[in-house]
Amino acid sequence: MQYETVIGLEVHLQLKTKSKVFCGCSTNFGSPPNTQTCPVCLGFPGSLPVLNREALKLAAKVAIALDCQIAKKIRFDRKNYFYPDLPKAYQISQFGQPLSGKGYIMIFVHGSEKRITIRRVHLEEDTGKLFHKEDASFIDFNRSGMPLLEVVSEPDISSPDEAYAYLRSLKSILEYVDVSDCNMEEGSLRCDANISVRKAGSEKLGVKAEVKNMNSFKAVKAALYYEQLRQIELLDSGSRIVQETRLYDSVRNVTESMRSKEEAHDYRYFPEPDLVPFDLDPELVRGIGREIPELPGPRKKRFISDYGLSDYDAAIMVSDKALADYFERAVSLYKNPKVVANWLMGDVAACLRERGGAIGGLNLSPEDLTAMLKMIEAGLISGKIAKALLPEMIETGRDPGSLVKERGLQQISDEGIIEKAIVEVISENQKIVNDFKKGKDNAVMALVGKVMAKTRGKANPRKANEALRKKLK
Amino acid sequence: MMELNSLTAHELLVLLKKGDILPIDICNSILKAVDKKEKKLHALATLDKDKVIERCAALKGKMDLQSLWGLPIFIKDNICVRGELTTCCSRILNGFRPPYDATVIDKLKRNGAVLMGKTNMDEFAFGSSTETSFYGTTRNPWDMERVPGGSSGGSAACVAADEAIFALGSDTGGSIRQPASLCGVVGLKPTYGRVSRYGLIAFASSLDQIGTLTKDVEDAAILLRAIAGYDEMDSTSVDTPVPDYPSLIKKDIKGIKIGVPKEYFIEGVDGEVKDAVREAIEEIKRLGAVCEEVSLPHTRYAVSVYYLLATSEASSNLARFDGVQYGYSSARAGSVIDMHKNTRKEGFGDEAKRRIILGTFALSSGYYEAYYLRALKVRTLIKKDFDDVFKRYDAIITPTSPTAAFKIGEKIKDPLTMYLSDIFTISANLTGIPGVSIPCGFTRNSLPIGLQILGKAFDEEAILRIAYSYEQATEWHSRRPEL
Repeated sequence: MQYETVIGLEVHLQLKTKSKVFCGCSTNFGSPPNTQTCPVCLGFPGSLPVLNREALKLAAKVAIALDCQIAKKIRFDRKNYFYPDLPKAYQISQFGQPLSGKGYIMIFVHGSEKRITIRRVHLEEDTGKLFHKEDASFIDFNRSGMPLLEVVSEPDISSPDEAYAYLRSLKSILEYVDVSDCNMEEGSLRCDANISVRKAGSEKLGVKAEVKNMNSFKAVKAALYYEQLRQIELLDSGSRIVQETRLYDSVRNVTESMRSKEEAHDYRYFPEPDLVPFDLDPELVRGIGREIPELPGPRKKRFISDYGLSDYDAAIMVSDKALADYFERAVSLYKNPKVVANWLMGDVAACLRERGGAIGGLNLSPEDLTAMLKMIEAGLISGKIAKALLPEMIETGRDPGSLVKERGLQQISDEGIIEKAIVEVISENQKIVNDFKKGKDNAVMALVGKVMAKTRGKANPRKANEALRKKLK
Repeated sequence: MMELNSLTAHELLVLLKKGDILPIDICNSILKAVDKKEKKLHALATLDKDKVIERCAALKGKMDLQSLWGLPIFIKDNICVRGELTTCCSRILNGFRPPYDATVIDKLKRNGAVLMGKTNMDEFAFGSSTETSFYGTTRNPWDMERVPGGSSGGSAACVAADEAIFALGSDTGGSIRQPASLCGVVGLKPTYGRVSRYGLIAFASSLDQIGTLTKDVEDAAILLRAIAGYDEMDSTSVDTPVPDYPSLIKKDIKGIKIGVPKEYFIEGVDGEVKDAVREAIEEIKRLGAVCEEVSLPHTRYAVSVYYLLATSEASSNLARFDGVQYGYSSARAGSVIDMHKNTRKEGFGDEAKRRIILGTFALSSGYYEAYYLRALKVRTLIKKDFDDVFKRYDAIITPTSPTAAFKIGEKIKDPLTMYLSDIFTISANLTGIPGVSIPCGFTRNSLPIGLQILGKAFDEEAILRIAYSYEQATEWHSRRPEL
């Protein structure tokens, strides 16, 4: 039987504020346990929350960037449940009047574009963190009260690949608006997925499972592939799917039941009486909107029209704001966008992969990179030398001019020196010379290679080629 | 000369200013009274005499600048005092010493008051008799067989018995005004948002308000001036200037317009109470006020609405007592769930459990709309009743409680009857308006009767003015029980 998959994602995002969402405690990551706490985020009796306006502002920024309708009036609600890492036994969240209603994200899968609707965006507080050592459990409340933004999609996602693309697009936008570190390993971005399958063409939704505990985008994709298959196999074998929450085990690559619907919490939401409803001044919202930079979607269109990049290249260039900014800075210095893009996607990207880290942290300024490109264009160094030079520039942070001078890597265009190398190469490689003379034109490239080797890569290959052909005519 | 412990704050301030007495003299007088009466009265939860004397000795500053300099004060046990036991008179907060001061405590300290101890109360302020306290029942100083009212029964009783000069209480449905009425003292519940709730252990966050229990109206004005004001730690506190209540209340009340709601003189209200309140209204008319009958038609729903909203909020507010971080933690704990369950089973008293269960039910999926949401809507209607009356009147006068003090044990087995003790005080919490209870007479059995004056939001001045004028014209407030 043919099935189709229906997926909705809930993404939790830690916002980059200096202090927590309802108290003044610091939000630094990695401090010793329970050193960033106060009566409010510890939920001590008598303490009261006060909304951090900066958190609200960052949250609104995300909602605006996702084209969401910002509410005129927002309210907080209590979500009640017992767990040791939840010190008040309720989480201050938003239920009835969230920060925003519908918006959307464009995703790109297998070469085509799709629009995924965002259902809502709301602001809430994070919980503490449990950890277990030997036979005891400990709680670290440093994370308790960190500002958390929840972005909920409609079940518009039809495959694990689309889910992956959605997360990539969302992360890209979030990085553009610069509100979160978006680091799944550190927990600053978390994702739960609701997934169900149904007969192809059916209107009625299947019974869904909620899948939790994925710690990377790839894990989300893998968990959804597993879960999709599990559900299809169940239906094919005539079994029924039960509504439940399942945990993903990344080591075994399986999902396992955590709790059934019957065991699900009744959160008993009600309006948080300790926080008064807030009116969002439309002028303030417009002001926040003006702070949002050009987002990846429009920027990609501009890269195609202004710089003549291909759709594919433009998509890669804008996917990371730092990369796109780098690209534009480089293009302003060296007006050959295609060459800049190729270097960024090729050798620079390779160096990044090897060393780890992002373009922003790279020891290579757009000035130095384009200086190198200009040296190639001027025939001062060969492309090959440039490729060898790049890792050293990145390693040392030095400019290409001084490195080339110091290492004596200037391209040799002196015909006398090239001539001398050619004479030697011809006498040492009679077989290749004969091949060429018999009409095998490609053989000249082998000879150029030998000349390059002899000059330790410094000969101008174009000149060497011309001189060889002249000599062998 | 009278004993210092039986004087009012404003009388003591005069003596302190003249240099006739020192703060330590007042403290010693209080401690002596406590020694003599507390065994019988049981109004206090904690009192560390050595600490109190230390605090007196360590008093800094000057009385000219600090409105409460040298005055001892008792605090209801649900208000956090840094390093001092604060238990809401519940086993579940056994041993809890907050690491911070409530905003009102901070203000009292800045104003030079001397913190004495904590007063007894119904567990988590759940009750109208102080009988649900984990520490046992407080007695009414006018009749040891009777309750002092509640939940701030300890604060009211210690002020009435001259074990205190004045005290702080909290009022969620009448918990200051009703015990003030039953003990024959002045109890003021300010407007919601007038006094910061930061550090008040929450019962029902949208209804709770800290207020004062004092021997007369002038003291209420002095104490309110010290604790009122916007607090950035409490988002529900309101940023409006604090008037100089002690001087403003002394203006006369000629021409002031007062509504007397007919729904507050119904069957079930004790005849002696009705008579005393009617007589008080006549007196207030003689002082120049205009009193007319008005209607608050939704009054009869107030108790139902209140017990749904208050218990809903309470069920959530009290969920944090789980044995993890502080307070009582059951020794019979295996799993985390067992720890939660046993801690709460052993830590909470019956009335707390009853309200948690009721509130949890009202918020449950499938019942929320029928109970919590509907109660919210009726709350809006009740508020509209008051808004309508306040368009034409400056204040409203009612009895504070339908009866004088009842016998210990009389209502504790019948929660519904107990809940009805709050019938006249609840609406002020639902609507957020200020209310004050002042003595207006005694029953044949020499039990005090209270008169309640309700005012417009943030117009404590008007109700204190009426109360002050009435008090000046009568003697009720100066009667003291003999223990």
